[in-house]
Amino acid sequence: MEQATASPQHYNYDIVKKFAIMALVWGMLGMSAGLWAALELAFPILNFDIAEITFGRIRPVHTTLVIFGFGGSALFATSYYVVQRTCQTRLWGDAIANFTFWGWQAVILLGAVSYMLGYSQGREYAEFEWPIDLLITVVWVAYLLIYVQTLRRRSQPHIYVANWFYIGFILATAILHVFNNLAVPVSMFTLKSYSAFSGVQDAMTQWWYGHNAVGFFLTAAFLGMMYYFVPKQAGRPVYSYRLSIIHFWALIFMYMWAGAHHLHWTALPDWTSTLAATFSIMLLMPSWGGMINGIMTLSGAWDKLRSDPIMLFLITALSFYGMSTFEGPLMSLKSVNALSHYTDWTVGHVHSGALGWVALISFGSMYHLIPKLYDTRIHSTRLIYVHFWLATIGIVLYITAMWVAGIGQGLFLRAFDEYGNLQYSFIETVVFLHQPYVWRAIGGGFFLAGVLVMGYNIARTVLAARREAAGSQAAVAASAA
Amino acid sequence: MKHEKIEVNAGLLILFTIIVISIGGLVEIVPLFFINSTVEQVKTTDGRDAIHPYSPLELRGRDIYIREGCYLCHSQMIRPFRDEYLRYGHYSLAAESQYDHPFQWGSKRTGPDLARVGGKYSNEWHTQHLLAPRSVMPDSIMPNYPWLMENELEYADVKERMRAQKLVGVPYSENSEEYRANVERFGKEVADRLDIIRAEENLMRQAEQGNYDGDPTRLTEMDALVAYLQVLGTMVDFKQFEEGYFARFR
Repeated sequence: MEQATASPQHYNYDIVKKFAIMALVWGMLGMSAGLWAALELAFPILNFDIAEITFGRIRPVHTTLVIFGFGGSALFATSYYVVQRTCQTRLWGDAIANFTFWGWQAVILLGAVSYMLGYSQGREYAEFEWPIDLLITVVWVAYLLIYVQTLRRRSQPHIYVANWFYIGFILATAILHVFNNLAVPVSMFTLKSYSAFSGVQDAMTQWWYGHNAVGFFLTAAFLGMMYYFVPKQAGRPVYSYRLSIIHFWALIFMYMWAGAHHLHWTALPDWTSTLAATFSIMLLMPSWGGMINGIMTLSGAWDKLRSDPIMLFLITALSFYGMSTFEGPLMSLKSVNALSHYTDWTVGHVHSGALGWVALISFGSMYHLIPKLYDTRIHSTRLIYVHFWLATIGIVLYITAMWVAGIGQGLFLRAFDEYGNLQYSFIETVVFLHQPYVWRAIGGGFFLAGVLVMGYNIARTVLAARREAAGSQAAVAASAA
Repeated sequence: MKHEKIEVNAGLLILFTIIVISIGGLVEIVPLFFINSTVEQVKTTDGRDAIHPYSPLELRGRDIYIREGCYLCHSQMIRPFRDEYLRYGHYSLAAESQYDHPFQWGSKRTGPDLARVGGKYSNEWHTQHLLAPRSVMPDSIMPNYPWLMENELEYADVKERMRAQKLVGVPYSENSEEYRANVERFGKEVADRLDIIRAEENLMRQAEQGNYDGDPTRLTEMDALVAYLQVLGTMVDFKQFEEGYFARFR
């Protein structure tokens, strides 16, 4: 093993900066697309009869930009930072790291443009057509290579727990991506392709992928983020090392079984979805174990919640993580799923995870990370508080509106009158959905406003740091002359 | 073995992680390809396969359905509940989507399920509804799709599309042997429509005879999409099967 201890100047911070900034850019764009999609559902006139921006095309733009653009870039940034800091060595392969940056940005941009032009595989969260899928595969292999090579030249004997989660995420994403996107192109000169599997097997593969996009991309990886930034910001070690071991292995084992709960009561055989429901319920244990491990890291320093808005982001993120990993197993019960499936309850659930957990833990980590990268202080702590409250109000409005919409629609659709006939027609539920849809858009608007405040705060921070750096360089040059 | 061994060895960590994350998928996915009852046999009274692949025009319609992201608001998977039976019809069979590459079961019903929408409404209704949903359903929140009527249907590559489908296992025929097998399996009328060699001719004939968009002078994307919608869920005649037959496969 190569021994190399690095001081901050020797770390590759450039790549971390690029990904961190792009995470914010994609976040703003992706959430704007989401808000627009939400408004289209509340006020369909906003589709404007323009094919490229109709709901069916803008929705994958939204999910791709926020999951892979915002979430993905945040993960690249933090994983490249964490692996360097915890291994105390410089990131392996500067040029390849740059390739992962430009490659990943190309993936996001090409994906969004291709959906708007009508090219989609028709699989949720895997809408990228085949040439983009190939590019993702290449970028991902490069990412794995960089990560492993950096681990190999660590100057610490132990691989820190955050890295286990990042490695788990990188490996699982590779496997999921490759198998779920097996497809045959119509020709070499068109983006259009047909998936290798059909019907029930295709559905199972897709939701094995879809659920684990949540389990690994949006959970395991962000737990890696949590295991580094929460102890760092709290200035305390992880609450229980033993718990983190159990957390890791149990979580990555069980998640892979849970996907079929997206297919309850469908033409998928009962044995598969029952197995998935069983594992979904068991998943509550590692999920809450991890949440407890994160939150309890703060024990003995609870006062930080009063004085440190970054801590507020991190701990609130863990609370939403706990809440949505309780709601998930609940919704995976067949009897609950019979009502919740196909409704906005699912949409609310995924947003309590995506906004409450993924986005808040990312914001907290970025507020910690970016000033460190630029060797400066945040422009305004007050604006971090403003962001926190805008985000929290936004999430609560969003998920409450979706509970009302989802549970309401579920109940409407199964209601019978005294003669045993259906009490409501489908369109009556659509009428009912209007108000929750308006409130959801308002909630999303709050959340987006928070991100814009963050964008401003970070931009001011970075610009000030650059001016300072330029100033000190000029001073050095002047004194040398 | 102490866990520490894994903590200090990147190779071991990666190896164990791969093993641990592979098990769930292997156990749940692989058997679905081998257990025969996963996809039920659905035969017509004369012993033919009831479920058959889409005609060239319907296939093009399905491509447009995917292009517009219809699956994001409409499911094609009826669950075995009384309310869904009353609203949409018999629950969906695995066999009914066995030629669907990719599947379009969906995950959200902002609009109603479409698994059995075929034959429920007239072509005229569908065309009007797709052009301006609120003109037939005042409270609908579906977008207008005026371009479906403006765009001529592109079908120059329909053979290539069918060949790609054939590569992933859909029984379209390209030689006389395959054609004869299809005649045996689906009957002559269906087998004719599944012949790649006659794809363009078949596509035009179906569009002309069906006149789906109400404008016989032009072949539009609307023709294809409505043809696809009109075939959804129409292949199985449930009256032919005794009650409880399909429950055996659940």
